Amino acid sequence: MAAVEPLGLARASRAVAERADPNVELARQFLYYMSLMREVEDRLERKLYRQGKIAGGVYSGRGQEAICVGAGLVTEPDDMVFPSHRDLGLYFIRGVHPRQVFAQYMGRVGGLTRGKDGNMHMGDLRLKIVAIISSIGASVPVAAGAALAIKYKGTREAAFVFFGDGATSRGDWHEGVNLAAVQRLPLVLICNNNQYAYSTPLDKQMACANVADRGPAYGIPAEIVDGNDVFAVYEATRRAAEHARAGLGPYLIECKTFRMSGHSAHDPGDYVPKHLWEEWAHRDPIKRLKQRMMENGWAGQAELDQTQARILQEVDAAVKWAENSPFPEASALLENVYEPPAPAGEN
Amino acid sequence: MPTTFVEAIRQGIWEEMERDPNVFVIGEDIGVYGGAFKLTAGMLDHFGERRVIDTPLSEAAIVGAAIGASLMGLRPVAEMQFSDFIACAFDQVVNFAAKCRYRWGAPVPMVIRGPSGGGVHGGPFHSQNPEAWFVHTPGLKVVAPATAYDAKGLIKSAIRDNDPVLFFEHKALYRRIKEEIPAGDYTVPLGKARVFRPGKDLSIVTYGAMVYVALEAAETLEKEGLSAEIIDLRTLLPLDEETVLGSVQKTSRVILLHEDTLTGGIGGEIAARIAERAFQYLDAPVVRIAAPDAPVPYSPPLEEAFLPNAAKVLEKARWLCRC
Repeated sequence: MAAVEPLGLARASRAVAERADPNVELARQFLYYMSLMREVEDRLERKLYRQGKIAGGVYSGRGQEAICVGAGLVTEPDDMVFPSHRDLGLYFIRGVHPRQVFAQYMGRVGGLTRGKDGNMHMGDLRLKIVAIISSIGASVPVAAGAALAIKYKGTREAAFVFFGDGATSRGDWHEGVNLAAVQRLPLVLICNNNQYAYSTPLDKQMACANVADRGPAYGIPAEIVDGNDVFAVYEATRRAAEHARAGLGPYLIECKTFRMSGHSAHDPGDYVPKHLWEEWAHRDPIKRLKQRMMENGWAGQAELDQTQARILQEVDAAVKWAENSPFPEASALLENVYEPPAPAGEN
Repeated sequence: MPTTFVEAIRQGIWEEMERDPNVFVIGEDIGVYGGAFKLTAGMLDHFGERRVIDTPLSEAAIVGAAIGASLMGLRPVAEMQFSDFIACAFDQVVNFAAKCRYRWGAPVPMVIRGPSGGGVHGGPFHSQNPEAWFVHTPGLKVVAPATAYDAKGLIKSAIRDNDPVLFFEHKALYRRIKEEIPAGDYTVPLGKARVFRPGKDLSIVTYGAMVYVALEAAETLEKEGLSAEIIDLRTLLPLDEETVLGSVQKTSRVILLHEDTLTGGIGGEIAARIAERAFQYLDAPVVRIAAPDAPVPYSPPLEEAFLPNAAKVLEKARWLCRC
């Protein structure tokens, strides 16, 4: 029906549909951030890394974009977020520019850590993004502490912490979840269960069937969602956020997905059975989102193409900017180990 | 009325909690029970559950939560029931807290404090001196007071500091040390040693409970006509090199004394700095006195043999002054 309508009318009817259906605007945002994440990571992993322009490793969230984007769009500016290393989209949602990410990977001063750290180890306190450390899972008790501070101040924010299946084997994870549960802290726990921790498959990671099974052990609600369905992730995160903001304590969401890459750019992932790549390629979250948008008449091919063209343009410019960002001076080496001493006479 | 070491720390934290609503305490058994050493006694009644937080038995979560709260602008004071247990939170301390400012400019103003040291037959897990683990971690500050006056002034400075501070309280001093201290607010700066006892013939550089071992030795040496200067480091990181080197320059003979075990202890670091920067002032080799490289044993005769004491200091001091 829409296809035969003159363009102006189609636009008008879409405007009506949007007023009626908030999913339209939401879907556009999902698509933008998920596609931006995919493009930035592809550029990092498949181009800049191979060109030798990345000082260290590249960790991508290919195939898992629905998780950080779906959950990220639930977060509010005053919420505290703790992304993990496959949650790049969350940075963009919070206001980090792709050029800062390229500069970060290239070890340039334009990166969020000004060359002090690399890859996804980046945060910005003004944007309320806390940087991960390499010992995955360590962010969970820290996020519990942020949630504790929220409760302490009596405000309505929540802390959102992201982690993988592997992180749930670490003691810090359990200590953090337990403390948050006992103290009923406003903490939303989002697990990207992509079934591999580096080369370790899930059945060697844990003996229970689901990460969500760990929730009841701490007396907190837990649910499983299709991690490749961005709407499902978004809705689950909304439920979790509502629960946390209401003072009911932490809430665990397990997003089932698959890591469509090796652990990092140097790892071809050849320990993964081939049929799994093929099966999960069919469930690609971006492809699914586009399909849904088209089927529901929320967007036409032209609009999808436009979004992609805009992203390519942004990413091209961001790469250029990052390549022009200088390397840090060696004199920066000792800066910020400690707070600089206060001028004499002050305490 | 004289104030005990433990009471001085309690007062310091209490006053900071009165002064700054962002300061709170968190740890195991610190609320209802008032802490294993009663250092937080009365705080729950006065400040309430919001600011005196009893946690599960989870050192990594205690430190992690303190980091998270400090990133939110609060100033947590986290208790390790025994400093030995900080090993459970090692990653949070050395990888998370110590590196936030350097990596991404996020200050982590927090204090981790707890009882350390031996002499109370606590055995291998209730007697250790873990300071050197952290002195080796850039981004942390490490404090180990010896007097009630310093303990109060330093805990206040530690709470007001904008970097993570580890505060080791020698448990044998808690109720043994009593002194008159000023009522109300004062601070002692971090990173500054002090001349605990002036002297001219040799320097004993030490900290914590060993200050009193040094003092006992110095009093005997005095009778033998030898004047020992005692430097109380007070802060181990950053190290007050100036005060140490100044004393070496003055006496030309130095003993580095600590209860922590020898290898990798801070004495080695200080010896190296003296060799690098004050070699020309030395009239004799630098001497280290420390616990031997063994776990802290439980049985009294074993522990006595383990701990440095005045006799061991005297023996080395006499030898040194004959050199």
